[in-house]
Amino acid sequence: MLKTKIYLDNAATTKISDRVFNAMLPYLKEQYGNPSSIYTLGREASIAATNARSKCAELLNAKPSEIYFTSGGSESDNWAIRSVAQSMKEKGKNHIVTSAFEHHAVLHTLQELEKKGFDITYLPVYSNGVVKAEDVKDAITDKTALVTVMYANNEIGTVQPIREIGAICREKNVLFHTDAVQAAPHIHIDVQADNIDLLSISGHKLHAPKGVGLLYCRRGIKLNPLISGGGQERGLRAGTENLAGIVGLAEAMAAANETMDATNERHKKFAEQIYNAVMKIERVHFNGDLEKRIPSTVNFSFEGVEGESLLLQLDLQGIAASSGSACTSGSLDPSHVLLALGLTHEVAHGSLRISMSDYTTQEEIDKLLEVLPVIIEKLRSMSPLWERIIKENKQ
Amino acid sequence: MVYSEKVMEHFSNPHNVGEIENADGVGEVGNAKCGDIMKMYLKIDNGVITDVKFKTFGCGAAIATSSIATDMIKGQPLSEALKLTNKAVVEALDGLPPVKLHCSVLAEQAVKAAIADYYRKNGMNDEADKLDVHCDDCECCH
Repeated sequence: MLKTKIYLDNAATTKISDRVFNAMLPYLKEQYGNPSSIYTLGREASIAATNARSKCAELLNAKPSEIYFTSGGSESDNWAIRSVAQSMKEKGKNHIVTSAFEHHAVLHTLQELEKKGFDITYLPVYSNGVVKAEDVKDAITDKTALVTVMYANNEIGTVQPIREIGAICREKNVLFHTDAVQAAPHIHIDVQADNIDLLSISGHKLHAPKGVGLLYCRRGIKLNPLISGGGQERGLRAGTENLAGIVGLAEAMAAANETMDATNERHKKFAEQIYNAVMKIERVHFNGDLEKRIPSTVNFSFEGVEGESLLLQLDLQGIAASSGSACTSGSLDPSHVLLALGLTHEVAHGSLRISMSDYTTQEEIDKLLEVLPVIIEKLRSMSPLWERIIKENKQ
Repeated sequence: MVYSEKVMEHFSNPHNVGEIENADGVGEVGNAKCGDIMKMYLKIDNGVITDVKFKTFGCGAAIATSSIATDMIKGQPLSEALKLTNKAVVEALDGLPPVKLHCSVLAEQAVKAAIADYYRKNGMNDEADKLDVHCDDCECCH
C-alpha cells in the first residue's frame, strides 16, 4: 500500500547505520569470545571492549575508568541518581534539584526518592522550554545532594545551559548529573568543560542498537553495585559484556562526532523549511526555543486537532512521527513536557514532533510539507472543537 | 497498541462525516481537555432516524467508533437506536485496544445525547431525562 516510508521519529529511536553494523558484525559471529576468558578469543574480546571504552571516554573528554556500559539511558539515569541519593543521604543531604520536563527515567526515579523522604525541586522551564541557570543557583541549599537537568529535551529539542549549571554546582559543591540521551547525537559533549559529574547516553538514539548505553561517572564519585555476580564494569554491574553492543555504541559515537557539524547544518535548513511552512497554517504553535535547540527536533501544536489522528493520517501517507497527545501516552494527560511549557491540555493534545537523522533527505521533508497542511485541514473539517474555536474567534 | 483493520478502515474513510442543517436532534459529549469530543446530528421522521452525521475531535478510535455508530443507527427507529451499546460498537469494529474502550462509550453516549435533544425539542422532557447521558469529564468514560 505504501510506496515510501519516511521516518521522522528519530528522537524515539534510530536505525543502525551500516558503519555501526559492520563494526558490530564480527562480535556477533567469529569474535564471540567472553572478555573474561584467558585464551586468545577471550583476550581479543577484552581488547575490543577496552578499545570501545577508550573511544567513548576520549569523545567525552573523560577517562576510560569513568565509563560504565549499561543497557541504555534509563538504566544510566536510574543508576546515577539512586547512587548519589543514597551516598548523600548518609551525609544528611536529602534535596535534589531537577527540571519539570525531564525524561520519565529521571522523573519517576525522583518520585520514588520523594516517597523515601527526599525533597525534590522541579525548576520551571518557562514557555520556551529552557531552564534558567540562576534558578538552579537559587534552588540549591546546604541539603542539596544532586542537581539533575537534561542536556537536550526529547520532545521539543531545547538545549539547557549545562555548562553554566555545571559551574554553579561546582561552586556550590553539589554533584551534577545530566541525561544527554538526546544531545549526544547532535552536540560535542565535553564533560570537563561542561562541569558534568555524571552523564547518561543511549546507543539507539545515535544509530547504535537498542539495549546499550553508558554512564559517565567522574572519578571519586561512588556508584552503588547494580548487579551482583562477576567483576564486570569494575565489579559494579556484573554480567558478561554486551560486546557487540558496546563496540557499536563506540563506533556510533565516533561517527556522530565526525558527521554532526555537517548534519546539524542540514537539519537547521530543514527545520527552517518546516517552520516556515507549518507556521503558515492557521492557529499553530511552535513549541520550544528558536535558538537554544538541537535543530533535528521540531515540535508544533495544531489547535482543534488531536495528535493520534494526526499521526495515523501521516502514517497512511507513509510518514512516521510522534505526538505528545494523551492518546499516544496511554494516560489521561497529554505530555508533561508540553504542559510544563504552559500549554493547555487542549492545545497539547494536538502536538506533533518531527525528529530527523543523518538519513533525512530533502525529498522527505518536501513530502511531509506537502501532505501535512492537507491532513490538518481534513481533521479540522471534522472537528467540533475546531468549529468552536472558529466561532469563538469570530465573536 | 494495535488497531483492527476495521478500525483503520473507518478511520481512513469515515462514514457520515459532517453536519445536518436544522437537525432534529444534536448531541455533543466529551471534553477537549481529555482529548475527545463527539457531536452527532440526527434527522428524524416519524420516529425513524433518516439521516445522521457526526463531527469528532479525537484519536483514531474516537473517529472510527463515531463512524460505525452512525452506520448502526441510520434507518433505525429511535427505540432500536437507543439499544445501541458500547459493546456492540466494539464488536462491530472487531475489537478495540483496552485503553480505547472509552471511545465506544463516548459513541453510545453521543447517540443518546442527540436523541435526548430531539425529545427535549419536542416537549418530551421526561423521556429525555430517562436517558443517562453524562459524559463531560475525563474520568467518566476513560
